[in-house]
Amino acid sequence: MTLLLFLAILDGLAYAAQVFMVAVGLTLIFGVLRILNVAHGSFFAIGGYVAATLGTWAATTALAPALALPALLLAAVLVGGVLGPVIERLILSRIYVKEHVLQLLVTFALFMILEDIQKLTWGVQPIFQDAPVRVLGQVEVGDIIYTAYQLYLLPGVALATLLGLMWFLRRTLTGRVIVAVTEDREAATAMGIDANRVYLLTFTFGTVLAALGGALASPTTSLVPGVGVNMIVLSFAVVATAGLGQIEGAMLTALLIGLGRSVAVYFAPEFEVVIPYLIMVAVLLVRPHGLFGRPELRRV
Amino acid sequence: MPKLTRRAALQTAVASTVALPTLLPREAIGQQRPSELKIGISTFLSGPASVFGVPGRNAADLLIDQFNRAGGIGGVPIRSIVIDEAPGVDFLLGECRRLVQNEGVDVMLASISSGSCLAVAPLAEQLRMPTILWDCGTQRIFEEASYRYCVRTQANAVPEIVAPLLYVAKVKPDFRTLAVLNQDYAWGRDSWAIWKAAMDAVKPGVRVVAELFPRFGATDFSTEITRLLALRPDVIFSTSWGGELDTFIRQAAERRLFERSTFVLPLAESSLERVGKTLPEGVIVGGRGDHWFLHPTAKDTQILKDFTAAYRQRFNLYPIYPTFHMAQALYGLKAGYEKAMAANGGAWPSREQLMDTMRGLQFAHLTGTMTIREDGQGLEPMLIGMTKHVNEYPFPVIDRMVMFPPELTMNPVGTKGLDWVRLLTPASVQRAPAEIPYRA
Repeated sequence: MTLLLFLAILDGLAYAAQVFMVAVGLTLIFGVLRILNVAHGSFFAIGGYVAATLGTWAATTALAPALALPALLLAAVLVGGVLGPVIERLILSRIYVKEHVLQLLVTFALFMILEDIQKLTWGVQPIFQDAPVRVLGQVEVGDIIYTAYQLYLLPGVALATLLGLMWFLRRTLTGRVIVAVTEDREAATAMGIDANRVYLLTFTFGTVLAALGGALASPTTSLVPGVGVNMIVLSFAVVATAGLGQIEGAMLTALLIGLGRSVAVYFAPEFEVVIPYLIMVAVLLVRPHGLFGRPELRRV
Repeated sequence: MPKLTRRAALQTAVASTVALPTLLPREAIGQQRPSELKIGISTFLSGPASVFGVPGRNAADLLIDQFNRAGGIGGVPIRSIVIDEAPGVDFLLGECRRLVQNEGVDVMLASISSGSCLAVAPLAEQLRMPTILWDCGTQRIFEEASYRYCVRTQANAVPEIVAPLLYVAKVKPDFRTLAVLNQDYAWGRDSWAIWKAAMDAVKPGVRVVAELFPRFGATDFSTEITRLLALRPDVIFSTSWGGELDTFIRQAAERRLFERSTFVLPLAESSLERVGKTLPEGVIVGGRGDHWFLHPTAKDTQILKDFTAAYRQRFNLYPIYPTFHMAQALYGLKAGYEKAMAANGGAWPSREQLMDTMRGLQFAHLTGTMTIREDGQGLEPMLIGMTKHVNEYPFPVIDRMVMFPPELTMNPVGTKGLDWVRLLTPASVQRAPAEIPYRA
């Protein structure tokens, strides 16, 4: 029983890390831009596809094993660095002052367009590139074999992302500027902060995080049409449970969902699918604004 | 004797022309040969199931081009109109109505999803639309209702599940424990229900140690794999498909789960090329029929060699089972029209004449000959075998193949599949035909 619980915790941590990597970008973008970005799932998917493509190319070079892991980061930066600014400047900047419903519809339309672009570019056959997993090898826990990628790298990157974000937002000038715009855009603008630049920066960064989530998932999963949809639904559950815009909350919720799901697989597998949503409902019943959310005064 | 005036003769002629079609049964009226035969095809063009839907559409494009170059069907060229069934049943039904009423399609080929077929079949009756169910697997279609305008040119879920069960019982008769990992939707649940009922009859006493149903579209099976590693079942059964099956295979291989349990993957023929030799030897695989480009008895026939070569040349992939299903539907349709025309003195048949002919029809296709039963259900063998690594291909081939005939795995007309499998006995295993080894 103790061993089973220990194994469930290890699995839960790895899964929580994957969920957190996607949800954190979504919550960061909402926290600053106040836009619930449905297209976030597409950035996850495209990040995965580009990572798999780069990984396949890297495998043909002389530096094959050494390039496997850097290719994941490069893919995330490429996708976020190109798609983020283009979409923010050309589309989102025009709808910041519009109704939330319209914002949702626009980002949903973007999501549909990006889905079709994925199909046109990579086709519909599942794509897979597992070189990064093979590079890191396997680890034995008791007589159970894990991959080091799953056991060490994924949780490690998630933890580093959380700590890095907390440090960036609290200890750097740019981070504090972002927080200032989040708290009160008008006051920050009056103080001379270029809010548009902050929006651009935040959206790009959020996009890089989503693409990194996809890139990190790509060595362990098959990329197929619709992979972005599945992840975005779970990410919304995490963000809503955590409280919109709450980074630490996103980590805690991802942990709750990851651990809850894996314990369910071990002890009550029929509840595996509903566990994330049961946690969400339970939390929102007690704290309607999420675990870390605060009620907001509506300004007239 | 009253005099026949010119006016009376004209009135009689006009009245006869108007009244005749309503007085004679529809069946007796042949149709004028159309300028083209419009075929509506519903398939998944988007979403996860497009891994089957797009190859099916590709096969249709390829074969319709070939048919048209050879004069079409009965001299009538074919034109296909493809619709996406991914948006759901309501959308699909609307599209089917549009194709029939606005586009004037003559025949529908529907669909991949069982839910789609269960909805389209009654609509086909309502619209009197000849419909061939080309890929959906639910056995309920012809068990729960009788349709005049629908036939299915493939088998169904019952033989697709019973055959791999008989196979594993034959090659691994001592298995005592089993775990299932299926997708959490209708096919995953239904296929497990058939397997469980049949297994209790064929191999009583086997203990089910885990029933895992990860959500449809899951991208990570790490937790399930850990649990399976800890449980060490003799057999792991999974009817998963597409990207999820590929992911499960790769994650299981990375964690050496294949070394601890025998896998039974009835749909894995469609994943072989993608997962490559990550899938180890000794895994039991099938392809929803006797579909494989290296089919043991058809691999050297010109029709299969030409199809495989043309498909590879055009799409840079080997054909997988949905391409064979589409081919069966088109070859069946062609054979049906040709037989109905022959019976109709060479005239183009009515819809009713066509569908009456389809029942009992025998026709040749890529891997053999198919018969359509009187209830509209197609009969085909099930090819089950074991993966083997060879130098000729960068992915596993199928060795130790057994071609299960329909009479061993398909329930008879008038019975329900789920009830019928409970009547199987351990002796059913002994009736399995001999294994056929892979040959290059």
